[in-house]
Amino acid sequence: MKKTNVIEVENLTKMFGDFTAVNAITFEVKKGEIFGFLGANGAGKTTAMKMLIGISKPTSGKAKVAGFDVFTHAEDIKKNIGYMSQKFALYDDLTVKENITFFGGIYGLSRPKIKEKTIALLEELGLQEVANQLVGSLPLGWKQKISFSVSLLHEPQIVFLDEPTGGVDPITRRQFWEMIYKSANQGTTIFVTTHYMDEAEYCDRVSIMVEGKIEALDTPKKLKDQFKVDSMNEVFLKLARNIE
Amino acid sequence: MKTIGYIIQKEFRQIFRNKGMLPIIFILPILQLVILSNAATYEVKNIKFAYIDNDHSSYSRELIEKFNASTYFSVLTDFSSEAKASSAMLKGEVDVLLVIPPYFERDLQKEKYTDLGVTINAIDGAAAGVENVYVNQIVQSFNKKLKVELLQPEDALITPVNITSIPSFWYNETLNYKTFMVPGILVLLVTMITLFLSGMNIVREKEIGTLEQINVTPIKKSQFIIGKLFPFWVIGMGLLSIGLLIAKLIFDVPMLGSLGLMYLYTSIYILVILGIGLFISNFTDTQQQAMFIAWFFVVIFILMSGLFTPIESMPGWAQIITEFNPIKYFVEVMRMVMLKGSSFQDILPQFLKTLLYALIMNGLAVWSYKKTN
Repeated sequence: MKKTNVIEVENLTKMFGDFTAVNAITFEVKKGEIFGFLGANGAGKTTAMKMLIGISKPTSGKAKVAGFDVFTHAEDIKKNIGYMSQKFALYDDLTVKENITFFGGIYGLSRPKIKEKTIALLEELGLQEVANQLVGSLPLGWKQKISFSVSLLHEPQIVFLDEPTGGVDPITRRQFWEMIYKSANQGTTIFVTTHYMDEAEYCDRVSIMVEGKIEALDTPKKLKDQFKVDSMNEVFLKLARNIE
Repeated sequence: MKTIGYIIQKEFRQIFRNKGMLPIIFILPILQLVILSNAATYEVKNIKFAYIDNDHSSYSRELIEKFNASTYFSVLTDFSSEAKASSAMLKGEVDVLLVIPPYFERDLQKEKYTDLGVTINAIDGAAAGVENVYVNQIVQSFNKKLKVELLQPEDALITPVNITSIPSFWYNETLNYKTFMVPGILVLLVTMITLFLSGMNIVREKEIGTLEQINVTPIKKSQFIIGKLFPFWVIGMGLLSIGLLIAKLIFDVPMLGSLGLMYLYTSIYILVILGIGLFISNFTDTQQQAMFIAWFFVVIFILMSGLFTPIESMPGWAQIITEFNPIKYFVEVMRMVMLKGSSFQDILPQFLKTLLYALIMNGLAVWSYKKTN
């Protein structure tokens, strides 16, 4: 079964002055895939992601997300993607419900639709009791789960997750990945960056970025075979060490 | 349009949930209006007056008694020497020093002429000028009385005809400075609160990271800016209403012109200030930076607004700068409409300039807000 590409990137580059943050990366992501985007701190992951979600203009290269060009149709891309940043980005001084209403509203959902979505979301997360509590008073793990659900409110084709499980306990991380699998099964494409190599094993395909370039891109199994090691952790260390 | 509604709803929720900000928005301005309007006076009163009486005659005592009787001077004491008096002035204990020369009475009676020494602390030049006028008025009235006393009966026939001017003060007959200051201070409060609130708003979302989240949504720039502006516009109009009420109830400031005109002008004026605030917000990364820049402009705007010093007495280049000062127009319109009862026709120039300013600033605010870097 041949699946369509929802992200197509060709020689995408971002320069900050003389510094090349992202150096001519090329890859594609298929519909419904969980795509792991790995790299050390400062390797250029977040910069690359920001170009794909239309909040950073690429210096050169080509990229299409959800069928739209990042140079000319950034706003059309935004209608079709969800995004969860590493900086927690719901409003702490609004309640869970109010956050859902606000983000649903600015994505253009109707009031009845927002109501319906709110009920479904709270039920799925089992958070009915805290629906009217301020988000700022909730534990980080809960916030992250809510944040992920909010990014799916408008049923986007692709969700971009930037280190979604940073600072979260192992149990919540597991639950979080269950949520990711569930939405991938429903056909949503997941583009996720992480520092946890065990999480990399959960991805369908993984790319590893080193100093602005993609040095490896394949399924976790093939990558391990290629580098003749047992875990993604060792793949990552080998790649990072080669450069130094 | 619906999207804007969601932003407005969210902003209002955040404003009214912030228990720290609410008193700052509503209570502080009211306190400031009441306190500043009573305190910021141009009148020179309670002048600390000292004298050196080298004559100790009935005339010298009579002159000093005249100062004592004046409500503007609080007579402190007499000094035995000039050295002591000037050291007291150095310490700031004395504002005006009167030196009555020896043989004051004798010279007046025989020579019909004498000198009085007056020393005024002129660090505040404007106040010193007023004090000088007061001293002269008292000395002259003393003089007039003496003239009558000293004139011989036959001289009385050739008393010169005095020419006196009787001023008639328009628009503020009683020269009540509060009538003049209250509308001006109200302008300041509306301006400061709306500028600071809007200036810190977008940059706050930048700091906590929610702006990035907004930028990945398909929201339009103009929708976002309008949604952000509207709540503060409402707050500004609310402040104006509270302020006008206080002006009427506490200070009894007349409202000769149309209230509707006042609101019409203010609704445009607040847009200028909000545009400036959002423009600042877009160019700064932290709330501190935004606050600092907002303060910088507010201080210049206030000092060059004609609120405390008349624009007509500023140098030419400064008068040109005041053309770009929105507060100047607001102060003018406020005073014209409230105190003179000016009509829309009268304030048309100010109205048009403000409208143009509003269009430019908000255009810049939308333009400088970038969803993509």
